[in-house]
Formats: sequence, C-alpha cells, structure tokens
Amino acid sequence: MTVLDTPAWRPRTDAAPLLPDPEPYRLLGTPAAADLDPALLGRLHGQLVRGRRYNAQATALTKQGRLAVYPSSTGQEACEIAAALALSPRDWLFPSYRDTLAVVARGVDPVEALTLLRGDWHTGYDPREHRIAPLSTPLATQLPHAVGLAHAARLSGDPVAALAMVGDGGTSEGDFHEALNFAAVWQAPVVFLVQNNGFAISVPLAKQTAAPTLAHKAVGYGMPGRLVDGNDVAAVHQVLSEAVERAREGGGPTLVEAVTYRIDAHTNADDATRYREESEVAAWRAHDPVELLERELTARGLLDDAARQRALDEAEAMAADLRERMHEDPELDPTELFEHVYAEPTQQLREQAAQLRAELEAERQS
Amino acid sequence: MTTATTAADRAEAPSRKPATMAQALNQALRDSLAADPAVHVMGEDVGTLGGVFRITDGLTRDFGEDRCTDTPLAEAGILGAAVGMAMYGLRPVVEMQFDAFAYPAFEQLVSHVARMRNRTRGALPLPITVRIPYGGGIGGVEHHSDSSEAYYLHTPGLHVVTPATVEDAYGLLRASIASDDPVIFLEPKRLYWSKADWSPQEPSAVPPIGRAAVRRTGRTATLVTYGPSLPVCLEAAEAAEEEGWDLGVVDLRSLVPFDEETVAAAVRATGRAVVVHESSGFGGAGAEIAARITERCFHHLEAPVLRVAGFDIPYPPPMLERHHLPGVDRILDAVGRLQWEER
Repeated sequence: MTVLDTPAWRPRTDAAPLLPDPEPYRLLGTPAAADLDPALLGRLHGQLVRGRRYNAQATALTKQGRLAVYPSSTGQEACEIAAALALSPRDWLFPSYRDTLAVVARGVDPVEALTLLRGDWHTGYDPREHRIAPLSTPLATQLPHAVGLAHAARLSGDPVAALAMVGDGGTSEGDFHEALNFAAVWQAPVVFLVQNNGFAISVPLAKQTAAPTLAHKAVGYGMPGRLVDGNDVAAVHQVLSEAVERAREGGGPTLVEAVTYRIDAHTNADDATRYREESEVAAWRAHDPVELLERELTARGLLDDAARQRALDEAEAMAADLRERMHEDPELDPTELFEHVYAEPTQQLREQAAQLRAELEAERQS
Repeated sequence: MTTATTAADRAEAPSRKPATMAQALNQALRDSLAADPAVHVMGEDVGTLGGVFRITDGLTRDFGEDRCTDTPLAEAGILGAAVGMAMYGLRPVVEMQFDAFAYPAFEQLVSHVARMRNRTRGALPLPITVRIPYGGGIGGVEHHSDSSEAYYLHTPGLHVVTPATVEDAYGLLRASIASDDPVIFLEPKRLYWSKADWSPQEPSAVPPIGRAAVRRTGRTATLVTYGPSLPVCLEAAEAAEEEGWDLGVVDLRSLVPFDEETVAAAVRATGRAVVVHESSGFGGAGAEIAARITERCFHHLEAPVLRVAGFDIPYPPPMLERHHLPGVDRILDAVGRLQWEER
C-alpha cells in the first residue's frame, strides 16, 4: 500500500461524462428536428438570411473603400446567429473580430458594429447598453474577461451568463488555457464557443493541435465538451442554450466546438487560393447553413416561396440601409483622441491636445 | 522624511509607534475592502498564506475567500479575469507575486487594461490596481529583483505609482484603489520592512495621485528620484553636507502622471539636477525625466542633467547586486560632476 492508494490522492472528477460525442451533434434532417419550435426556426431563418446578406454587403463595402478591412463570417452564419439568440438580454457576449454578425444579430445597429472596421473609432456601440464586450482583435484575450465578468456576476448572486467566442487558432493561445482553467476552478457561469472554421488565416487545424477534437480539451479542465455541427443552426442553438442555462443555474462552464468552414478568405486582404483547394470549399458549400435550414423548413411545410422572398426582402432592406449610411463620411473629431485616455487628462495630454488644436486651426486657415 | 515625528508629537499621539511599509499596505487593503464592497483582492498565495511578503495577511480570514482570493497560478488569467470583473462593476486589486512574474500578464495590460476606457469612449473604465513588488536589494534571485517601471510608463492609459515612505504606502494605495483608472502600483520590496512612526488608528490623508513630494529643500543641486532610491538619496544629501553641497530631494511618488511643475520648480531653485533610479538607465524613466527637465528649465541650468541608474545589464546575481544598485557614493560622484568649477 502506498500513499496513492489512500484518500491522499484521488481523481478530482469522473472524466467520462465530460467527453464530447464522437460525432458532431445534428438536428436538421434528423427525426429529432420534428420537435423543434416552428417559431424559433422561423426566427433563425430570418436571421440567417439577413446574416448572409450582411456579410456580402460588408465585403462589398471593403471593395468600395468604405471599410478598412472585413473578416467575413460567410459559411459560419449559423454559429453567429445561434450565439446571439441563445442569450437572454441580461447575459453578456464576448465576440472576437470575426463576430460582428453575432453583434448585429443581438440588436446592435450594423453601422455601430462596423465602426472598428470602418476605422472611425475602436468600438461603435455602448458595451454596457448591449452587454456586448468590444470586438477583440488579440486572439483569445477576451476569454478571461468573460470568465471574470461571469465570476463577478456569480459573486453578486446575479443570474447572468457570459458567452465567449473564439476560433480554432485561438485555442492554441495561452489565454484560452488560462480562461478555461479559471472558469472551471471558479465554476463561473461562462460558455466558450469555438468556431472551428478549419483555418487560422492560412494554417489548417492539423498544424494547430493534436487533440482528438477541440471539444476534448474541455476534459482536462474538468468541464464538459460538446461537439456540434456548426452549420446546423438548430443544433448550435440548442447546445448553446443548454450550456447557457446550465451556467446560469450554477452548473459551471462548458466548452462547445462548432465544426464549420470559412467560405471566404481570412479577410478581403487575404488570398485563400495560396493555401487551400477550391474543391474543399465546394464541398462545404454543399453543406450550407442557410440551405440546411431551408430544406428542413420546406420539408415540414414551414417555408414557401412567399415567406422566403419576405426574408430576402427584409435582408435587402437592411443591406440598402447599411450601404447608404456607410457611404456617408463619418464625423471625426481629432481632439477626442485625448479625451478618454484617463478619467482626467494629464498635464502632458492637455498640452498635446492644445498642440493638435493649433495644428487643426492652421490647417483651416491655409 | 516627512513621517519623522518630534517628541512633542508623540506625546500628543501616544498610539503612534513604528510601523512597517508592509503593515501600512496591509492596512490600506483592509480599509479599502471595508469601505467599498466592490473591492476584491486576488492573486497567487494572497489568501491563506497572506502573500509571500505577507501584504495580504489576514484578509481572507477577515473578509472571506470571495473578497481575497487565491487564484490559479497564471498571471494573464488573473489580470484578464480582473478586466471582466471590472467590466461588471467590481474594483479588483491584483497582486503580481514578483516583478518578473508580472510579464505573462503584459498583453492583458497593454492591449486591454490600458485601453478599454479609450476603446469604448469612456463606457468601460477599468478601475484595476495591479500591485507589483519591484526592485532589488533583498538578495533575491534574478527574476525577483527587476525594476520594470519603464515598461509600464511607456503605455498610455496606465497610471504608474510607487511609494517610498510608510505613510505614502498607505495613502497612495488607498488613492490607487479609489481611482477609476488602472494603476500599476509598484511596491519597493526592499522598503517593505522600513519603519516610520505611523498609526493605523489615524491613517494619513489620502494624497492625490500625480503630486510629487519635496522631501528636502536644497540650494545647490536637486536629486529627483522615486521608490526604493529615496532613502539612498536622502542619505546622500546628508553626506553631501560635508562637501558643502545643500541638496534638495524630490520624491516623484507617481511616474504617470508626472508632476512636471514640482520637479521644474525644485530644479530651477538649484540650477543642477541628478535623476536617480535603480532600473537600467538606457531608455529608462530617468531619460524621460532628464529630457523634460532640460526642456522646462534649460535657461536655469548650470550643468547638464545627469542620471545615476542601474547598469544596462540583466539583473545581477545577489552577491554582485550592490555593484549595480546606485549607492551614496555614485550619487555624490554625479553631484561632483555638475560643473561646479565653471560657475
């Protein structure tokens, strides 16, 4: 008998219930889809169609020079929409830079969601009003923020959950590890959604990890991992809703891996033909999130041509409004650069602001 | 120092007795926790143990684990979580165990803590205090002795505060925790056990952040310093009297905001200045301070502004650190080079 045979050492938790399903969870096209609420499916469909149009419009705006850059979520709309709709108004969303669609789907004005990418300020919406953290450019760094906020809410007895979004590449970052570890130790009400879209810019998942799946990473932290078809909006919505509900009720964090695909290049500035075959893209186009849902809705008699056209018209109206407003030049006040650095500007900042004001005045005079 | 008291003072305030900087810091945390339920202390070993330097001694016992929390051993995670807690409305006070152990949190600090207020046009201020024991002189190993202030003061959006006296340790920490801006609070670890007559029953007034203190007025030259180098400068000023020099000593107390007015006035009064700090000189705080003194006081200067700093070397092993740290002789040597003969 050694000390290892005594209660001095024992596994902290049973690993088996934490393991993800062997295959990504699906609902659309399966018998279980019959139980889905038609009203929910209708909402998801409207948002998906709108999201697809939003991505196309934002990409077009980069070509017209109206956005500095746009990381498209075309092909990933199911994840974006499901993330937004799985949350209650009191919950918080922590998006990455590719998640403006989730921000829009949660009710933020598209122009405000695109402020960062337009370049007139770093964040266009009020994070407190919408309960959406600023879009995070440094990878995975927003994950510990979500944990901290969820932890603070739990300490305050406030039934709030946080949903944090990250990509497959982001799971290699140290902040991913630290966030998941803190969340599990603290049993923070937070859900991590990994959109595994196949690439970190150009680097495929095989060069990113040797884990069986990204969802398996959850087990090492002592939280459940869920694997879901990221193009099946009903499945992603259900998995996220369950995880958010569990978190809110004190059940602790969950890691969700949604398997999806980035149909567009990393951004408009990227050339995806340098690192992937068109045949691969075509295969994923045949597993399109909008088509998957429309097939289900049509088969159940929940979507006719008129309803589909209504969704397209509403999306077109959103795009036209976005286009029109983005073609107006934003109002810029260069002296605002000094206003929000500190609660009160330092003497040095006041002097620099005065210098800039003088330069602006000289520009006006000449 | 300003905390020195006369016999008459002691008679009026019998509760005053020698207290250490560590005790004053502990009291500041206690009083902040008691005054504001939003204040949360967190870090490695800050709970049951009371911190490796015992600055958080007894806080978990008295305020509970939710208010003073032992975290997993991961500095980016600690600071990143503090960001989220501050977003929710709490006022986290984070302990980084040692200067060089704070580096894993650097990305959170530079990319988020310093910028969230600006990024969100003031909607998400982050009232986070990051306490970091810094500097050498305690016989510690390489990674327990860094003076890391230059990394922080080069990052817009952070305040960088460092006390040099027992009284300021209390007052500046209270002020930092109360600040709505993120504060890097650098604790000179070799002064943790320095003593002064100070009473937790009648704590000192909370000074505003950004005001330097004139610790000694002088007529012939001005030493500008902060944190662990203040006692060295005061000792040098006393020794200088034998040489016939009457040295003033300015304690910056905060590097950001930088109190240009107090420094410029003190230097104008003497026409000569030496900036003293123990971190490496090249690209250090002293370079900025010397440049600003020159810009502001050029026509009052009798000699170039000199710097006495640590050498531009990785922190030396403990048995050699005394050669690295600026001492009285090196300061007096610099004062001697202030072109007295050309007066």
